[in-house]
This record gives sequence, structure tokens and C-alpha cells, in this order.
Amino acid sequence: MDRREFLRLTGLGAGTLMIPVIGAPRDLFGATTPIPSADKKALADAALETARARGASYADVRIGRYLNQFVITREDKVQNLVNTESYGVGVRVIADSTWGFAATSDVSKDGVKKAAERAVAIAKANAKVQTDPVRLAPQKGYGEVSWKTPIQKSSFDVPIQEKVDLLMAVNAAAMKAGAKFVNSQLFLVNEQKYFASTDGSWIDQDVHRIWPNFQVTGIDEKTGKFQTRDAMSAPMGMGWEYLGKVPPVSTLGTGLWANTYDMLADATAAGAQVKEKLTAKSVEPGKYDLVLDPTHLWLTIHESVGHATELDRVLGYEANYAGTSFATLDKWQSKSFKYGSPQVNIFADKTQTGALGTVGYDDEGVKCKRWDLIKDGILVDYQKIRDQAHIVGQNASDGCCYADGWNDVQFQRMPNVSLAPGKAQMTPQELIGKVEKGILIVGDGSYSIDQQRYNFQFGGQLFYEIKDGKLGAMLRDVAYQSNTQEFWNSMVASCDERDYRLGGSFFDGKGQPGQISAVSHGCATSRFNGVNVINTERKI
Amino acid sequence: MTMLSKDEAQALLKKVIALSKAETCEANLNGNTNGNIRTARNNVTTSGVQDDLQLVVQSSYGKRAGTTTINELDDASLEKAVRRSEELAKLAPENPEFMPPLGPQQYVDAPGWVDATAKITPEYRAKGAADSINPSKEKKLVAAGFLQDFFGFQAMMNSKGLFAYYPSTNVNFTVTVRSEDGTGSGYAAADANDVAELDTAKTSGVAIDKALFSMGAKAIEPGKYTVILEPAASVGILQFMAFGFDARQADEGRSFLSKPDGKNKKGEKIVDERVNIWSDPADPRAPTAPWAGDGRPRNKTMFIEKGVVKNLYTSRYWAEKTKIEPIPFPANMIMSGGTASTEDLIKDTKRGLLVTRTWYIRMVDPQTVLVTGLTRDGLFMIEDGKLTFPVKNFRFNESPVIMLNNLDALGKPIRFSDGDGFGGGASLLPPMRIRDFTFSSLSDAV
Repeated sequence: MDRREFLRLTGLGAGTLMIPVIGAPRDLFGATTPIPSADKKALADAALETARARGASYADVRIGRYLNQFVITREDKVQNLVNTESYGVGVRVIADSTWGFAATSDVSKDGVKKAAERAVAIAKANAKVQTDPVRLAPQKGYGEVSWKTPIQKSSFDVPIQEKVDLLMAVNAAAMKAGAKFVNSQLFLVNEQKYFASTDGSWIDQDVHRIWPNFQVTGIDEKTGKFQTRDAMSAPMGMGWEYLGKVPPVSTLGTGLWANTYDMLADATAAGAQVKEKLTAKSVEPGKYDLVLDPTHLWLTIHESVGHATELDRVLGYEANYAGTSFATLDKWQSKSFKYGSPQVNIFADKTQTGALGTVGYDDEGVKCKRWDLIKDGILVDYQKIRDQAHIVGQNASDGCCYADGWNDVQFQRMPNVSLAPGKAQMTPQELIGKVEKGILIVGDGSYSIDQQRYNFQFGGQLFYEIKDGKLGAMLRDVAYQSNTQEFWNSMVASCDERDYRLGGSFFDGKGQPGQISAVSHGCATSRFNGVNVINTERKI
Repeated sequence: MTMLSKDEAQALLKKVIALSKAETCEANLNGNTNGNIRTARNNVTTSGVQDDLQLVVQSSYGKRAGTTTINELDDASLEKAVRRSEELAKLAPENPEFMPPLGPQQYVDAPGWVDATAKITPEYRAKGAADSINPSKEKKLVAAGFLQDFFGFQAMMNSKGLFAYYPSTNVNFTVTVRSEDGTGSGYAAADANDVAELDTAKTSGVAIDKALFSMGAKAIEPGKYTVILEPAASVGILQFMAFGFDARQADEGRSFLSKPDGKNKKGEKIVDERVNIWSDPADPRAPTAPWAGDGRPRNKTMFIEKGVVKNLYTSRYWAEKTKIEPIPFPANMIMSGGTASTEDLIKDTKRGLLVTRTWYIRMVDPQTVLVTGLTRDGLFMIEDGKLTFPVKNFRFNESPVIMLNNLDALGKPIRFSDGDGFGGGASLLPPMRIRDFTFSSLSDAV
């Protein structure tokens, strides 16, 4: 997570009103019951009619109520309970073959009509410098439909006291096990999104996400050295049922969980491991075979495949900010570009249960699906939205359009992008058993990649030496540097579906003005041969 | 309407405070209008305007407090927000670190508002886009850019008599120009409170020149090089050092400014003596809000003076506990320099690299502020005082603390913001020449 994104979301950077609050969530929001669809339909229709009357050839309206709850603690104190509620409408139009957008928090008939008028005026002003008319892939209207994240228990229905008690217990467990400091947080999100378009869709969606997280710090008071260890949780498209007491699915170096997360057990492990990190052996730089746990590998997938196969980046739409991509159209058209080894199968899927990017329909009214991006190591497709499909000779969107609020214009965002597990039966222990000189990396750490997604450097949370097939001592100061194509071609094996787990980003940034989105990446523990490992220790 | 005058904001906030039945009540009100136009592939891609007005109400009883935020501001919604925050405060556990609201404060004047910027039209934005697209097309180049303008206000009032109001405007333009074959790329940025100071055509020209000169870059070996870092290249690296100036983090032993005995490095020299870094909301070259969200004044504050750590920022709670001045998180970053331009520094360089922009900078080790990142959109070889050829991009692993100890020369500070500025404001940074900057691997990215 980018610090600035975190600060923006929690408001900590602004130093404003970060005061602990506790109470019943329904008292706090009074908004967890969605607004009736009929009310939203009447408003949306008013905006669509205005846009059409002003000359728009296409229009869509998104009426959104966005609820967030952040519980923020350290050691034995609840530092903040932040509740945000934002309600408004965004109107997007095509007029004179050019996009225009306007958003307002005045969700009245007059307010939405005015927004529609402004959006059309903007489109017409911009049409004068437009030489490439907007062309939308055809999309049928779905009529009035709805979708909800398949949660068992809404996090917003859980009393604040239960959340505070959980984090206080987590902090106490980490301290008892050896941590000097602990910060823990719960991030809870509910997006109530209503979409309507001139194609004849009125789509009501209720989206839920959760991320329990912590960071523990260990300090060697004699030397002044400090180390941290982050939670092994994944942010999920789930409700409160994600938190529970279950045995881990894997125990490589630490307890690792899949669809239920035992935060207390993880905190206990973290307290002990952060102490161990203080005295761990500093890594000898060189080439190693890397065994990457899903808690780590999701981020490498995200950066080196997820972003690289976004069609807007490939085409140059993001050139001024996030960058372009090495996975250019000629490579895709050749049907022979070896993105990775034949073991590498990477797919996009916005229907995967529990994943952050899973919804019924995207933010331009396209039903979500699953498709291949890399098949048997070959680049076979990209991630597309409606106004891009024609550029690559296709006539349908992949359903990848998203806006992070009512006030932001929707654009192409990454779907869940995952590495398919290996077909042959293999456990992580069996995978490690074949490695002579390697390092096991668990958890995500520092991450950086160039603007075309070639050169990257990743750290991690926990590093263990592998010698002659056996897991050995803990290491520190580890980071690996590689090139995307070289790295994915060095993948020799992936464990089977029993080890398949999701990781993800709650705060993935892209676009101007900057927007965030949440996206998951699944994979099983995988092996990459001969990767360059550097030592990151310095003296100041 | 989301832009309220001082009187209008004060009237609305008075209404909120009058509704309060708690021991203390504090309310923050923010209104803004943002307009933007985004281009790519020599075309307009997205463009729009956003309006929003948000109210935050905090009520407290002793050390118990509750907060509610809303963006609906009719009388019934105001009452609902105040009552909800009070109900929550009564349910809250005591927080030993809670600090009661401040009384009235004195603030410096920060000249952040310019009428003309608040009157930017869709036609002006379209012209800004055309200023990058048309000359790029003529030179067979491809422009992608972003122009965004802002006008708005922030205001706060509390039951102890504090009232603050700060209106501001801003306009920011960034553009990346690439060659059609993808072998060259150049970037430029401009940021101002006054739209009259923004020259989209001139800024686009800088990006175009860099794109043309960057074509066909040569690979050279990674390693340690003398570099000239332009502000767009150094700002992202220096920010990580600035984030480490939190007093509590330093006292707790988890910052590069910590010492083993539980003390911090305030008063110690940590970088070259020519380094002076401060924050000043009233500096007309980069004005920003003169008060923090909790009402604390933001005054001119030295963080590094002659290479020595002078001050750390802190929460009010930690300041009271450790008996230090309660300096809030700074909202702009200013670094002193000399009078030389980047061109002058180049003329005075025997062999080195000109780094015009860096990208994707992340912390690797907070103990030493080791960060990693990459060069981007223009890296050039300097030989005998001249730019001689474009160089392929590098990944670097370097600490700003080490970097500022290897300082060779400083040029004249200029305003920089990529639109996502440090603490909300722009930075004023000099181009700087640094010895032994560590590049660790090559990148094929252009």
C-alpha cells in the first residue's frame, strides 16, 4: 500500500479529527440500508433524458453511496475509529463523439440534470481538439437487475465493541510474544452503486470488502536496530466471516490462511518472528532458486502481469502517469510471444468468489466474466473496456471499467488476475524438497517496477534459506531484482489447487486524477530458478 | 454551490456549534470544485468537473470523543450529524491520548487564492490540451497529459472560540511526450496558484525537446555515478526522509533519527552543512494552508539547518508528554540552494548523468531510509560540461541521507508539484549535483 494513498484514505496525513469513536454502526451510518432502487431510477432517468435532450448520443449515470469504516489501534489504545459516508452522482456522456463528465453531491432532480448539462458542455468544448471519435463496443441493456457480494455477515452489522476487542486481543498477543510495538487496523468497505445507461440497463449493486491488518515492530535496544513484520492476511471481497479461528492451510515458516483468517494466531507468530528477524543472518547476494508463497507472489503477479496487460497502458492512455507496457500489440499479434514458461497460465476473472475485484457488472454496465491472458506461457489477450475493444479488432468489452467514487470518471481498471495452480499434485513441502540452493519468501514487502513493467525489485516479510531440499535459518536484507519476461520464463513449477490462495491490494492507484481500486490475485506456491538476490543493508 | 465565502462558512459552522450539547464540539468544513482534462494518443481521453462539500463534526465528553462526516448540509442533516457524534462520544472508551480542542489561534497570511484560477472554463482546458497535442503532432510525436484546476476552501470552528478559514486555488499541468516508435520519452510539469503563471505551450515544449533528445538511448554499466537531480527527480526521494521526521517514531526507536538510548538525533548533523530544509505556508512561491486540521498554526519551521536536525513534527499528545513544541505535519517542503540553473550545473560537470524524473520510489529499509526506484522520461550523459547522449534507464537503491552527505553543488530552487504534492502543497527544490549515486541495474523501459 502506498503511504500517500493510506494517508489520504484514513485522513491521518491531514491531521484532522482523528478521534476515537465507538458505537453501534447503524447509529453511525444510518445508511447501511441501500436507497430504494425506484428512487435512484427516477433520478437516473432524469439525468439520461437531460443528456439526450442536450445532444448526447450516449449517457450513463452512477449514483453512489460509499461507506468506509476504519478501526485504528496501537498497543492498548484505540487511536481512531473513522467512519466516512459519501453520497453523490456522476454523469458521463458522449456528445459530438467526445467524452464529457460531471459529478455533484447535489443528488436532487435539479442537481443531476445540471450535472448532465455540464457533462455535455464539457464534451462539446473538447470535441474541437478531438480527432479520433469515441467508438463504444455494442452493449445490450439488461433492464433492471441487481447483484450483491455473497457475504455471510456484513461487517457493518458487527458491533464496534467486538471489533475493538478483537484488535486489542491481537495487539496483546503480539506484545506477549515479543513485539515492542504493534499497530492494527480493520478496513471495511461498502459500496452501494447504482448504474443506468441509455443502453437500457438499471443495475443496483451492493459490494463489500474487508481487510484486517497489523504491523509489529521489534527493537534491539542495545544496537538501535529495528525490524517489522506485517500481517499475513489478505484483503478480501467478503464479510465478517473472513475472521475466524481455523488451522492454517500452510505452515511454511508461519501460519498461512486461505478463506478464513485467524488474526490472533498470526499476531502471536508475528511477535516471535519479529524478534527472530533482529538476529537473522544477512543474506549473501547472488543467484538463488526462489520459492514464493502466495502471500508474496500475488504482488509480483499484480505488478508484472496485471498492470502490463492493461490495454489502456499498452495503447498509451497512461503514458503521462502510470506508464505504458512492454507487452505491445505486435507481441500479442505474433501469437508466439513467450511471456513465461509453458507452466505459466494466467487468467483474468471478475467472477471469483471472495476476490476484491468481483462484481456482477462493471461501471459501464457490462456483465463480468473470466478469460485467459497468458496461456501455456504465450500472451493471448488483454484487459479491455468498451471504447478500446475496436482498437484491437474486438467487438466486446471484458467488463473492466471502474470508478472509485461517484465523483470520479470510470476507466479501465485491473480485474482479478491470477496464476492457475499446477496440474500435477504437489505440496509446498514437496516443491521445496527439490531445491538445492534457494530462498523461501513469505509475505509482501517493498515493491518497485519501471513504467513499462520490465525491471522490478521486490522484498518480503520473511525469508528462509533452502539448502539441499530443506528449509533452514531465517535470513534478512533480502530483495530480488529481475526482468518480467526472464522471471516468468524461470518458473518451473507451481503447487496444485489445494495450495491456491488469494492475496490482493486494497489501495491500487492509477489514473489522473488518481483513483484507487481493490483487486485480488490468486496463485499456489511456485518456484523460479536462478533469480538475482541483492543485500539491502546499508550504514548511515 | 460548494465554494463558500468566509462569512458563509462562518455562519454555517456557527449553526453547527450552536446545535452542540457536548462538553466540546469542533467542526471542519471543506468545499471544492475540481476541473480536469486528460489527453493521450494526441487526443482528449477523459475530462470533467467535480463538486463536493464535506462537514466533519467531533463531539467530546472528557476524554471520550465521537466523529461523524456527511456531505449533505441541509438543517436536518446538520442536526443529525451533531447528534450522532454526541451519541458516539458517550459510547466511546476513554482515550488517554485525546487532546481537547484548542482556543483561538493566530495564523500567518498565505496568499493561496487567485480569482482568475477559479474562473477556468472548459475552453481553457481544451486549449491547454491542444498546446501539447498540436506541436507534438507536427514533430511526429505523441502527447499524453493532464491539466487540473482547483478552487475551494477549508474552514473550522470549535466551541472554544477557534475559527479558521483558508481559500485557495491551484492549477497543475503535466505532460509526457513520446516518439511514435516508442524509443524516446520526455516529461515536464508546471504548477501554480495563479493560472496566469501557467504556460502550457512552453511546458509542452520542454517535454518535446526532451523526447527528441532521448531517442536511441545507449546502455551504460550500472554503478556509482555523479548525478544532477532535477526537482522532479529528487522530490520523491526526499519525501521519504521527511516522513521520518516524526518525533514519536524517532523517540520510540523506529526511525532513522532514533538513537539506541531512546533519544533522537535532534541537534545532530546528519547531512552536508549546505542543506537547509524548512516549511513555510506563507512563502508566496508555494503557499499552502497556514493551519493544520486540528487548528494548530503552521508557521515557518526549520527541519534541517546547516545539515543539523532542528525540529521534528509531532502530535499534540506527544508534544505535551515529551515537552517539545507541538509542530504539526508540514504542508510544503522548501530547500535552499544557490543561483545556478540546471544548465550552469551541467557546464560545471566533467562527467555525470542528468536525471530529469524518477518513478515508483519505495522504502526498502526504514532504518537507513534506503529507497529504490527508477529513472524515467529523460536520462542523459554529461561529458565535459555538455549533454552528449541519452542513456538507458536505471534502477537505483539509494538513501536520501547518504545522498545529501554526498552533495556536490546546489542550483536555484524552483517550484515543483506533480499534482500530488507533499502534504498537499508544492515543493521548492534546487537542482542538485550528487557524487556516487548508486544505480544497481538496467531497465529496458523507455
